[in-house]
Amino acid sequence: MSSLEEPLGHDKLPSMSTMDRVQRFSSGCCRPQVDNLGMGNCFIEGRSCSTSNSCNEDNEDYTAETYPWKRQTRDMSRGDSFSPRTMTTGRNTLKSGIVDNSFYTSDYQYSQKRNNKDMQDMAYKFMKGMPEFVKIVEVGPRDGLQNEKNIVPTDVKIELIHRLASTGLSVIEATSFVSPKWVPQLADAKDVMQAVHNLRGIRLPVLTPNLKGFEAAVAAGAREVAVFASASESFSKSNINCSIEESLSRYRAVTRAAKELSIPVRGYVSCVVGCPVEGPVPPSKVAYVAKALYDMGCFEISLGDTIGVGTPGTVVPMLLAVMAIVPTEKLAVHFHDTYGQSLPNILVSLQMGISAVDSSVAGLGGCPYAKGASGNVATEDVVYMLNGLGIKTNVDIGKLMSAGDFIGKQLGRPSGSKTAIALNRVTADASKI
Amino acid sequence: MPQLRKNIPDFVKIVEVGARDGLQNEKAIVPTDVKIELIKLLVSSGLSVVEATSFVSPKWVPQLADAKDVLAAVRDVEGASFPVLTPNLKGFEAAVAAGAKEVAVFPAASESFSKANLNCGIEDNLARCRDIASASRSLTIPVRGYISCVVGCPLEGRIAPVKVAYVAKSLYEMGISEISLGDTIGVGTPGTVIPMLEAVLDVVPIDKLAVHFHDTYGQALSNILISLQMGISTVDSSVSGLGGCPYAKGATGNVATEDVVYMLNGLGVKTNVDLGKLMHAGDFICKHLGRPTGSKAATALNKVTTCNASKL
Repeated sequence: MSSLEEPLGHDKLPSMSTMDRVQRFSSGCCRPQVDNLGMGNCFIEGRSCSTSNSCNEDNEDYTAETYPWKRQTRDMSRGDSFSPRTMTTGRNTLKSGIVDNSFYTSDYQYSQKRNNKDMQDMAYKFMKGMPEFVKIVEVGPRDGLQNEKNIVPTDVKIELIHRLASTGLSVIEATSFVSPKWVPQLADAKDVMQAVHNLRGIRLPVLTPNLKGFEAAVAAGAREVAVFASASESFSKSNINCSIEESLSRYRAVTRAAKELSIPVRGYVSCVVGCPVEGPVPPSKVAYVAKALYDMGCFEISLGDTIGVGTPGTVVPMLLAVMAIVPTEKLAVHFHDTYGQSLPNILVSLQMGISAVDSSVAGLGGCPYAKGASGNVATEDVVYMLNGLGIKTNVDIGKLMSAGDFIGKQLGRPSGSKTAIALNRVTADASKI
Repeated sequence: MPQLRKNIPDFVKIVEVGARDGLQNEKAIVPTDVKIELIKLLVSSGLSVVEATSFVSPKWVPQLADAKDVLAAVRDVEGASFPVLTPNLKGFEAAVAAGAKEVAVFPAASESFSKANLNCGIEDNLARCRDIASASRSLTIPVRGYISCVVGCPLEGRIAPVKVAYVAKSLYEMGISEISLGDTIGVGTPGTVIPMLEAVLDVVPIDKLAVHFHDTYGQALSNILISLQMGISTVDSSVSGLGGCPYAKGATGNVATEDVVYMLNGLGVKTNVDLGKLMHAGDFICKHLGRPTGSKAATALNKVTTCNASKL
């Protein structure tokens, strides 16, 4: 154990409590630090670096070819003279505790010793489109619990929401006002909403399938709602018993009513890559539904890979089609991890400038279309990756894990988050490869 | 598709390590005939490189004590090569005597890990590798080099990319045919993988490199994706995600080959691997190990129902 007491630079970790492990083995500890990169600080400030002109040119090409619309991304080039150090302006590189792990603080990559400029430019390209901050929309209490076998008592749901609220998450989907006939797990929607709607500083959207559900939600204290259309006609019919167009009409009624009350409405699009009934879904259909929701007043459109079949190969064309007619900053991604693909899908979405990601604490919520398979991506795993990318989330992973532990115990099932499992069980015994 | 797709290779070679790295880290010891059958099933799925076993002392790795017998049974199977691990010259000689036509060595990028795990420092280990490299040269036996702890070490914490580059360069200069960069404890994310790969690419040509990510924190596929975007075209993985992480009991280790192939298929990258046959190999070994598959794609494909979609 003594070897683990060795300090890690800025992370002094004398004990092996979970929180220490979180700091030690969080992606934060594994990032290059500005002052200890082995290759010295060869960066030249104030002059254009060797890649400056090419970065600008490439930026132009990259933007013109792929993203002709303004996006909320880091403005990577400042004028003609490009100084990577300016990229870190405004970003603390070293804080006490967790090291702020921006990829961009690794000055060594601009070392004069580098002769592999192409590789450097390329690597830079993969990161520069990424947002500085990603909003995580926590769907565990709704999408998660809705798809768990065991029904969770009301007080446990409320406790879960309270715990999630303490992690730094700013949006927590609280429940659903869909008929208990369809979703018995959330039959206590009113009680849950009434108990949590006054939580400070947290947005608590709830699902509302129609005007009636909307009215019930508002009466229970909801100040934000969500509607859910499908990009697949068959799925729409079998899942919500109406065609896509009919569902959109229902939601227009909801958005009209919501507008009167200044209540924001989020729009979910399901089956954005594949449908359990129809198979592959054309990107143009997704774009059509996304735009319809946007036009009727949804402030954000969450694109859901409902059965988790997507890979970057299918996600990118889908996003391109949607981004052609809905502004990127209005979009969120909601990937299911049924085939283990959600993190690469999230990664490529970030590379395209998406800055809102839906996830579920401890990976709550299996896939109703593949019994026994997983569903939602685990928030802990997403936060771990975002931390490693230097993307801010304001989410404290330790507190998040604690919320995940809580609900896992209540449900009597192990965490669906690999990060949480690893951080809970790291041992020091390095006795074999 | 935009720039994000441009450098992704058209073909990715998968190096299947389930029979060695996988079984080496499983609790249950698997009988020799089951190992042999597994290897044959893996070859039949189209995998062209199947790590067969390890000539590390059975004192350290009892799971692979039957190395000689396994290799003798598979070495003539057509359509694939069967590298084996060799920790030192003695192991190398035993491997060659048993018919090995390809071997692998495994230095670490972390000094502490090297001492704790392999009982010798990095330099001593590299010296052993040089011995094996020269011995193998005269026999024209290719030598693969694994570098462990390329992002983080369970003892030292983060590992500076320049250290990884140093070990990689040393291996390259001694004639190692391929260098597999291993995130042994799975802590890497693209934020740390990119700087590490950049440092190594500075000193070793990209076609000599492979990536070996562990999925302990669920990060393996995104790390693989970013590596592909940088042009890496060889990926190590383990059927059914065999092989837990010895440093985080109960946590996962190797990334599942089925999940990797699923992603590569979706990207339009050729692998020559038949996912169905691969899943069959995975089912086979998991039955024998008495554990469920560690592959999400395999789980999903085995259980997909087209039942009435009754809820969102």
